[in-house]
Amino acid sequence: MSDGIGAGPAGELSRRLRAPSPRYGEKVIQGLLAFCGLLSVVTTTAIVLSLLGPTIGFFEIVPGDEFFFGIDWTPQFEPPSFGVLAIVAGTLNVALWAMLVAVPVGLGAAIYLSEYATPRVRKTVKPVLEILAGIPTVAIGIFAVSFLLPEIIQPLWPGDLHGGVEKPFMAGAASLGIGLMVVPIIASISDDAMSAVPRGLREGAYAMGATKMKVATRVVFPAALSGIVASVVLAISRAVGETMIVLIAGGSQPNFTLWFNEAIQAMTAYIGVTATGDISTGTVDYKSVFAVGSVLFAMTLTMNLISIRLVRKYREVYE
Amino acid sequence: MSAPAPLANERSRLAVAGARATVAAGLREQPRRDVWLNAVFAGLLLLAILIALAGLTALLIQAFIKGAPALSSDLFTNVPSTLNPDKAGFRPAILGSLELIAGVILFVVPVGIGAAIYLEEYADGSKWWNRAIEVNIQNLAAVPSIIYGILGLAFIVRGPLDLGFILVAGSLTLALLVLPLVIIASREAIRAVPDSIRQGSLALGATKWQTIRTQVLPASIPGIATGVILAVSRALGEAAPLLLVGATVFVTFDPTPFSEDGFSAMPVQIFQYFQRPQDEFQTLAAAGVIVMLVVLLAMNSFAIWLRNRYEQRW
Repeated sequence: MSDGIGAGPAGELSRRLRAPSPRYGEKVIQGLLAFCGLLSVVTTTAIVLSLLGPTIGFFEIVPGDEFFFGIDWTPQFEPPSFGVLAIVAGTLNVALWAMLVAVPVGLGAAIYLSEYATPRVRKTVKPVLEILAGIPTVAIGIFAVSFLLPEIIQPLWPGDLHGGVEKPFMAGAASLGIGLMVVPIIASISDDAMSAVPRGLREGAYAMGATKMKVATRVVFPAALSGIVASVVLAISRAVGETMIVLIAGGSQPNFTLWFNEAIQAMTAYIGVTATGDISTGTVDYKSVFAVGSVLFAMTLTMNLISIRLVRKYREVYE
Repeated sequence: MSAPAPLANERSRLAVAGARATVAAGLREQPRRDVWLNAVFAGLLLLAILIALAGLTALLIQAFIKGAPALSSDLFTNVPSTLNPDKAGFRPAILGSLELIAGVILFVVPVGIGAAIYLEEYADGSKWWNRAIEVNIQNLAAVPSIIYGILGLAFIVRGPLDLGFILVAGSLTLALLVLPLVIIASREAIRAVPDSIRQGSLALGATKWQTIRTQVLPASIPGIATGVILAVSRALGEAAPLLLVGATVFVTFDPTPFSEDGFSAMPVQIFQYFQRPQDEFQTLAAAGVIVMLVVLLAMNSFAIWLRNRYEQRW
């Protein structure tokens, strides 16, 4: 403000509104808060850096084509073989069968909650499903081995059908456990997406004489599709990254197969088994943990970014 | 249906009657196939939700049946033993978990809420770096927990921080794992506070930070608390990252935060008992699962109740 002749009362007011002190405290607080925000960037950088160093070291010992195209994962043999496809297959095997169970169940539950359930049922069932999401994965893994395998899988697919021996570990048991784990993720996010579809779209369809099923499958489902796909992608990402369930129920036998009836080893299980205790730094085993971790991180990062983008898209349309 | 309004003339009365008859005929004639399919579809949906609920119920019942014989106060007071399953318990693991969680809370509450306040109240959302932070946090929330274990091993236990295999390192690893969950939940709670409240406070002469401290934060506490509880319960149930940062040593003493002697945690101890071939240890593992389930389900139920109870519509 200038101190011109016409300033008068206006100048008086602006002087009174000016802060009596420079408020350095405010600046300090803003700086501290910004630092908290930046910490997440530091975390990501630290993850990438801690993966990258030993991974580069790993590829100085093991050739890239053996790692990326080999199908034998036998680090403990002499000479060792590091064909990551064997444990990538283990991970994909479990994720695939888990999705075959969890996608229909999760989406069915979501459609029921969003379109069919009375408000009262919805209000009780949804929190219960969310509680399912809070069960520790160790408990689900134990449940998979000691209940799902002997009581569900073996009666449906008895040993007599395939060589007469009941296997103590198989991909299928881990898949069912992971399926149970990700059903609430799919159901909850898809239900949110479908509930966000404006009422008018449904009422228009009902006015044309559509049944509830037609409204659900041809109007609400397509309108919420990007949110639904996002929930499924996020669930796949969770299934791929899950450790304890595959460690307990999947076995520890690298196996290049997508068949649920085999013992397998998933990438996460390899990391969890190998990196425990006093593994000495600098060995190939130690470095292989980081190489596998890098592959895992790249896979989940891709899926997470797809999922984040899809969620954004549906939010933009209906908010 | 309400009575038809009095009509001006006979012709429009006829037209309305005709239209009504057509519509009624059309509605009555819903294809039989559609009606039948609709019923089957509704049945399948109900089946889906029942399968999910049955899975949950079976898990709870199975844990209780298997673990019930080992349930006693000894679980909380006895230390692990490899020879004597009757005398083995979870004391070091329970104490370890409690200390880990205390560390997680100390770290995650100030940093998580601070980051959320920065992103909601200070950051300019149109700037690319702020949007990058946002996407980065969403991605971090879905990074596999074992990757955080690798981070803990290479960055906290060894590497730049070089803390060694101590309990605090495990705590820090778990804290980084759940930090994005706290930030996301706190941001949603802060965003739900309407702007008019901020403007009212600023108009009365409060500074930005005074507004946040005395108006925005108190109004968003229930949402933030819900997020923190859910995050803490996630950290409490997490075993995978702890395997990598040293919680695998056989611990028969009460753990301390900075001791290099090792530490243990509930989910890891359960995993180790379950891996032993003897039946008694399997029972012990199941009893441990019961203890965890009771604690975690109570925490989650409380968080969900809190959210529903204090969900505020402005």
